[in-house]
Parts: sequence; C-alpha cells; structure tokens
Amino acid sequence: MPTTAHATASATASAFADATASDSALRRFLHGLPGVDAVGLEARAAALGTRSIKTTAKAYAIDLAISMIDLTTLEGADTPGKVRALGAKAVHPDPSDRTTPRTAAVCVYPDMVATAKEAVAGSGVKVASVATAFPAGRAALDVKLADVRDAVAAGADEIDMVIDRGAFLAGRYLKVYDEIRAVKEASGTARLKVIFETGELSTYDNIRRASWLGMMAGADFIKTSTGKVGVNATPANTLLMLEAVRDFKQQTGVQIGVKPAGGIRTSKDAVKFLVLVNETAGADWLDNHWFRFGASSLLNDLLMQRQKLATGRYSGPDYVTVD
Amino acid sequence: MADKTETLNNPFEYAPAPESRSVVDIAPSYGLFIDGEFTEAADGKVFKTVSPATEEVLSEVAQAGAADVDRAVKAARKAFVKWSALPGAERAKYLFRIARIIQERSRELAVLETLDNGKPIKETRDADLPLVAAHFFYYAGWADKLDHAGYGANPQPLGVAGQVIPWNFPLLMLAWKIAPALATGNTVVLKPAETTPLSALFFADICRQAGLPKGVVNILPGYGDTGAAIVAHDDVNKVAFTGSTAVGKEIARTVAGTDKKLTLELGGKGANIVFDDAPIDQAVEGIVSGIFFNQGQVCCAGSRLLVQESVQDELLDSLKRRLGTLRLGDPLDKNTDIGAINSAEQLARITALAETGEAEGAERWSAPCELPTSGYWFAPTLFTNVTQAHTVARDEIFGPVLSVLTFRTPEEAVAKANNSQYGLSAGIWTEKGSRILAVADRLRAGVVWANTFNKFDPTSPFGGYKESGFGREGGRHGLEAYLDV
Repeated sequence: MPTTAHATASATASAFADATASDSALRRFLHGLPGVDAVGLEARAAALGTRSIKTTAKAYAIDLAISMIDLTTLEGADTPGKVRALGAKAVHPDPSDRTTPRTAAVCVYPDMVATAKEAVAGSGVKVASVATAFPAGRAALDVKLADVRDAVAAGADEIDMVIDRGAFLAGRYLKVYDEIRAVKEASGTARLKVIFETGELSTYDNIRRASWLGMMAGADFIKTSTGKVGVNATPANTLLMLEAVRDFKQQTGVQIGVKPAGGIRTSKDAVKFLVLVNETAGADWLDNHWFRFGASSLLNDLLMQRQKLATGRYSGPDYVTVD
Repeated sequence: MADKTETLNNPFEYAPAPESRSVVDIAPSYGLFIDGEFTEAADGKVFKTVSPATEEVLSEVAQAGAADVDRAVKAARKAFVKWSALPGAERAKYLFRIARIIQERSRELAVLETLDNGKPIKETRDADLPLVAAHFFYYAGWADKLDHAGYGANPQPLGVAGQVIPWNFPLLMLAWKIAPALATGNTVVLKPAETTPLSALFFADICRQAGLPKGVVNILPGYGDTGAAIVAHDDVNKVAFTGSTAVGKEIARTVAGTDKKLTLELGGKGANIVFDDAPIDQAVEGIVSGIFFNQGQVCCAGSRLLVQESVQDELLDSLKRRLGTLRLGDPLDKNTDIGAINSAEQLARITALAETGEAEGAERWSAPCELPTSGYWFAPTLFTNVTQAHTVARDEIFGPVLSVLTFRTPEEAVAKANNSQYGLSAGIWTEKGSRILAVADRLRAGVVWANTFNKFDPTSPFGGYKESGFGREGGRHGLEAYLDV
C-alpha cells in the first residue's frame, strides 16, 4: 500500500503539472472550477438529512460510524494518563459488549504519539497526529516539517496537517500547494489528512478550491476543520467535499478520503453524515479507510444508541465510560 | 435507481421506514358537501377512488350531477349575502382557524394525500401541507386589508365562484382557489378531480370544525361533466380552473358571451436553461426537482432541459449518476423520492408520448429500475438528441420525462425557450448575476426561477403566458381574480 500511495501521489501531481506550473496557472485552474450555489447546496444537505434510517440500517450505520471515529484529544492539558485512557477506549469502546467495533484511530498531539502507540499496540487502531503547528499553522515551513517528522518518528500512522489559511485567503495558492507537497514528503508512509479549516475559508467556493488544491497536492484525506474555531464540520461543507472527492476520482481514478471534524456529537448527526456519503460519493467510501469522523463525545452517544438497539432500553451516561 | 441489484453491493441498504396509515381514518363512503352537510347525489351515483400505488379501493364517493350542482350553487348564493357582508377581520378569523386546523391535522392530511394521489410522503409532508397552511394564513391576512390592495376603496367580491381543480396537488390547488375567494368575500362551489377527491372532502370536515357558515364552501366530487355543469351554471359569477389546456379552451368557449370572470391555469413545457458557468451540482439538483418532483405531474415542471453544448456531456453524466440514486417505490416510505403515477389513464398518456419520442428518433435513457408489480409506475426517463421539432420537446407529457436540448449562445437559449405554445415557467442556471437578469427579462414565462426550480410561496403570483392560461394566483395579484375590478 505505501509504495502504491506514493506512486499515485506523483501520478496525480504530474496529471496536474500544467495547472500547478505557476501561481497564476493554479489560480486560473481553481477559479475555473464550477461555482457553488450556497442556497442549493444547503438545501440538498438538508434534504438528505430527512432520510429515515431505521432498524437494520440504523444498526449498520451506528457500527460503521463507531469504526470511523478518530477518537480525539487535543488539549493543552493532555497527559500520558489521559491519552492511555483514550487508547483503551478506542480499543474497547464498550467494555460491556466486546462485539462493539474499534474506532479507526486515536488522534493526539505529536508529543503524545509514543504514548498513544503503546496504548493501542496490537489492536489495529491507528495513531493519528496533528502536526504543522496545529491549529493555527502559523510557523515557518521547516518548523512545521520538523513537527511532522517528529510525529512520524514517534510512530504516527497518519498525519493531520493544517493548511496556511492566510496564504490561501491572500490568493497565494502555490504556497499552500508546495507546503502540502512538502508535508506529504515528510510524512513518508503515514497517510496525510489535510485540514482546510473551512470555518475560516468561509465561502463554499473557497472550500471547493481548497479541496482540489489539497487533492492535487497529494492529500490522502481532506478534512474540514480543527475543531478549534466557531464553525466546524457541517452537513453542507462535508457534502461539498464529498462531491470534490467523487469528481476527483472520476477524473483521475484516485480515491481520496474525507474527514469532517468538530461539532458532530450525536448518533443522529453521524447517521446523517453517512447518508451524505452514501448518496454523494457512494458505497466505495463507506469504509474507515475512506471516511472518518473527528470526534470525541460522539462515541458515547453512538454507544448508548447501540445499547438501546440491543436491549430495547435507553441506558444512560453512567453505562458508558468517560474518557 | 436504487434497485435490488445495486443494493446487493451496497451494505447501507435503508430499511423500510413507512409512515403509519393509522393516523388517517378513511370512511368507506363519502357524500357531497352542500350547504354544510354531507349528502348523497340526487341520482345516487357513486364512484370509487383508488390508491395509485396499489390499486386498492380507498373509498366510494358520491358523484355530483347537474341537480346537485344547482343545489350547491343555490346554497353558495344564499350564503354569499351574509358572508360578503361580514367585516374582513371576521372572515379572516375563519381563515386563520382553517389554517391552524390544517397545521394541526397536517400529518393525517399528508398521509391521506399520499394514499389518494400516489406522491411520496416526503413531498406531502414537506411541500404540499406546509404550503396549504401558508396559503390560508397569507390570504387570511389580506381579508381586512383589501382597501390597500391597489383596487380602490372597498373592492367588492364577485359572488359565487365555481372552481375546478386537478389531481396533481389536490389540497394545495384547493387552497390556491378557496383561500383568496373566501378572503375577498366570495362563496365557492369546488370540484376536486375524480382520481383525488378525498382531501377536499376532509377539507369540508375542516370547514365544519372551524365553524364556517353553511354554504360558504361546497365540495362536489365528480368527473368532467360535473365540472362542465358548474362552469355553465347561470348563477356562477366567477370560474377558476387549473388543468389541461384542452379543457381550458372548452371552458373559455362556455363562458364566452357571459359576464363570468375567468382565470385559467393550464399546461406548460418549462425550459430549464443551464449555462456553462452554472453551479453544476446544484443545477443537477434543480433539474431533478424541476422534472421529477411529484413524478413530473406539475404544470410548471422544467420538462425541457436546455443545456449549453459545451457542458452537455459533463452535465448529463452528473445527471444520470444522480438519477441512479433516486428511490422509487412505496409512497408512504419516508425515503421514497419517486412515487406512483396518479392514474392508469395518465400512465398510458406518458407511455404513449415516450414511445412517440423514441419513434421520432430521440434517444431514451432510464436508470436501471425495478417497478412495483401493482399500481401505476413510470421510471424517471431522459430523452437526448431532442430538437425543437420533436413531439417530446413540444407537447406537455405531465410525467417524469425530461427532454434534453442544447444551445450555443444566450440568444439561442432564449429563442428556444420561448419557442413553445406554453409559457408557464422557466429556470436559469448561471453564476453570473447580470446574465440572470438579462435572460429573465426576455423569457416569456409567468415565473422564472434563478438557480433554483419549483419553489413556491403564497406571496408570489403564479400564472401563465400564451396557452398556459391567464390570471394570477398567489400574492396581492391573486386577489384581483376574485374582486369586481
């Protein structure tokens, strides 16, 4: 897989060689993408939100959602103890029911990667690390790259980088592109998630442009947000990014993952996102290799819903574990 | 289409999510609603109404004849004296009450409408019923403000309004007819379509529940001859009809030479124009809702897609992929996108026109789709390689059939869009605001949507150019049809 991933990344880069030849060429390419009508996009996301997912479909969706969680702690107050607890939870989300799927990954700061790695060792749960001066990304490139190399050296399986929103909003797309390429290089075999901080990009046109920019530069995943600003993942911005990966695959044959992060707290919300995936990108993305939720409190709500489906009764917050 | 072969590969198969039928209690038989009472037809005639999704008989309904029409018009005439003399604020109270009862009973009415019409519960729940209530609320607000509607001081009602409505939006078309008529002080005799009489009869019950004075609203189920008798009745002052252009012409001939005021809302062949700088994903959604909303049985449907030739392939690929995700089936299932065709007769008409399209050389395409074995069903269908000369580009199909034509320049788009006997609706898709304004200005259509389609609001006037009819319904303009001005 790693070598193939690299081969496809460079194939993608050469496919867009003309578009990325200069700042102005890249600008022309990105501004030539079809515009997004905000009202229509939000209406479509809302309409898909009315799908009624019941019984067997709900059970499937809940287990799938659990298996797609990047269980996250990104606090200044994170300690080895906290990270070990998170790792244990990722491996056995519901100690009362061992058939519960594991989460996809735990997501931590680079200095916690080694601890996280130990906590999930042998379980198949991946360790993802935010890097590149997360969440603001305001640091020199070599500092960002050192941050990435540090996380990779500690054993991170996945790197969640932030783009330089300042450069993007100033129209310096090539700088953003080059930075993603450099981080991809530094990530080695780790899969790269590129965070746009959609709340700061603000417009849907910008989100579509950023999605293509990230995919052309070699992102393995495109991710909405850091969870650290006012507006994080929404059904509409995730729908738009799902359209982008769908179109990118149709054009290049390369499949890219999507990760909405921040603000998804209830099972009901998670199921709505899975409906978006199913009816936009399609069944190929219904797998934690291609779709993730960046979340923490979501997991307990999913577990309570799962218990309800199994027993017919609502349990309560004391029947699931605090992280 | 999300059919069985595809769902085998897709692990995320939506389990059935049917809306409960138990919220609605359909009686085995219904009478005519005349002078505040349900009564049998004078000649005792009845007809059956069926669920188009299953062909199950839902109820047996009295069929109004000429004698019943006469009785209903007399009741309406008698009621008119007091009703028209009420202060507007008093009439408004009844309309507000009706609007609130509709909201309270909206789940029941949505299920009823879905059963009798065949359209998906998603649509009756999220479109029909909210719009019905909104229409009554809106015109309730006008009842005491008619002095300020722009028709001079104290504008007068016309008298008895004879109203004939279609089966595609049974309760919504009733609201479009009855709300402005009552707000302005008229009384009504309304005939629902023979395939969808039930929601109008439930509305009769709502009138009783609201304490509406007897005779103000009379409901006469029946066939075309019942409608013809209403239209021809000497003591009817106003005729309002929504339906086919052929019947509209007949009605116009009937009322010619009388002093009856007439409004007609007839057929359409709406052009949905997609420019190369359109927001493609949203345009695809707009095309889908433009022609597949209510199985395309919408007079203002965007049944002609005019796409700029340079983006045709890209757009059609996206559109076909999208049609593959539409879910056709049980209209009561909350996840159903496409329901049943309203009647065997309509299905035959759609089928025949689609066959004509093929025979004339247009290329037919449908997503793979399994149709239920009972009931009336037609798979969402596209025709490409269509020109202005094809029947499917000219005739109203009134079904889930989209004809795709291309254009090169805005001038050509406008010329083709206007080259139709109809002029009810049109859509423009472009990210360029100046183009929206320039093109909309030149389209001869009663409603032009920009970067959206099939959006309705009671405040917005609706009506046609050319053979799509005349007169406006909705908004302040909708008052004129019911006032002596």
